[in-house]
Amino acid sequence: MERIPILRMGPFLLVTIQVDLHDRLVVTFQDDLTEQISRTGARGVLIDISALDMVDSFMGRMIANIAGMSRILDAETVVVGMRPAVAITLVELGLALPGVRTALDVEKGMELLRASRGLRLGKEEDGDLED
Amino acid sequence: MTSKTDTLEVHSSTDIVLIRQAVRKWTAELGFSLVDQTKMITAASELARNALEYGGGGEVRFEQLEKSGRRGLRLTFEDHGPGIPDIEQALTDGFTTGQGMGLGLSGSRRLVNEFEIASTVGEGTRVTITRWK
Ligand SMILES: Nc1ncnc2c1ncn2[C@@H]1O[C@H](COP(=O)(O)OP(=O)(O)O)[C@@H](O)[C@H]1O
Ligand SMILES: [Mg+2]
Repeated sequence: MERIPILRMGPFLLVTIQVDLHDRLVVTFQDDLTEQISRTGARGVLIDISALDMVDSFMGRMIANIAGMSRILDAETVVVGMRPAVAITLVELGLALPGVRTALDVEKGMELLRASRGLRLGKEEDGDLED
Repeated sequence: MTSKTDTLEVHSSTDIVLIRQAVRKWTAELGFSLVDQTKMITAASELARNALEYGGGGEVRFEQLEKSGRRGLRLTFEDHGPGIPDIEQALTDGFTTGQGMGLGLSGSRRLVNEFEIASTVGEGTRVTITRWK
């Protein structure tokens, strides 16, 4: 069966979405990813969408769901490589992705995750700042 | 004036992918900018999914238009599903009777130049969108 590959990159997981997503694939993928996050204890998920020439509200919901599930499992989601035409269209469609951060490419996304992990560790050390 | 037409079926999620690809081809041929191509493809994807999910399947008609020197693409999505009882409500951002984000109708309306919807309960739904170059 066709699947979206999930790669381990240190403390993070990297997902590169390359195929034109259809619905069944998306559902399988969400299950795969949740399973991998809890099994590996990954602290962050990078979703590379640079190959996608459009994102509709169905895929937007998938990304929002992944971010939500990841947060529950104490991992953070960063969407990387969104094409400018896709970003412009998403805004007009009205699709804001709450809790989902974006970065230009995988490298920048990794930096973002590392930085925010560092910050969070700092926070944990400082008892006053705990949320 | 219509210079070229075609009709595609909407009966599976694979059809939605094919429709997106067809819209890409038609808008590229018409010389749409990349952003405008993306807007029309995204709107088409939303409306095709609605026809499939809520309308039980249907079809989409492609028409290449030419009006006083301007060229455009018109897409008409039609299904014979349950229809929409309250169109204004359905066109509200965030309204969904399913598990969606409620942005398909309202969002696709923002992505095109012309948007028309006609729906009769018990008979079906027809949504027509047009984007000019
Ligand atoms: N072709 C259709 N036939 C029947 N109902 C529809 C159709 N398209 C949309 N609707 C109704 O309008 C609502 C809003 O549609 P939409 O804006 O695409 O959001 P979503 O698909 O996320 O629910 C749907 O939840 C559904 O109740
Ligand atoms: Mg919809």
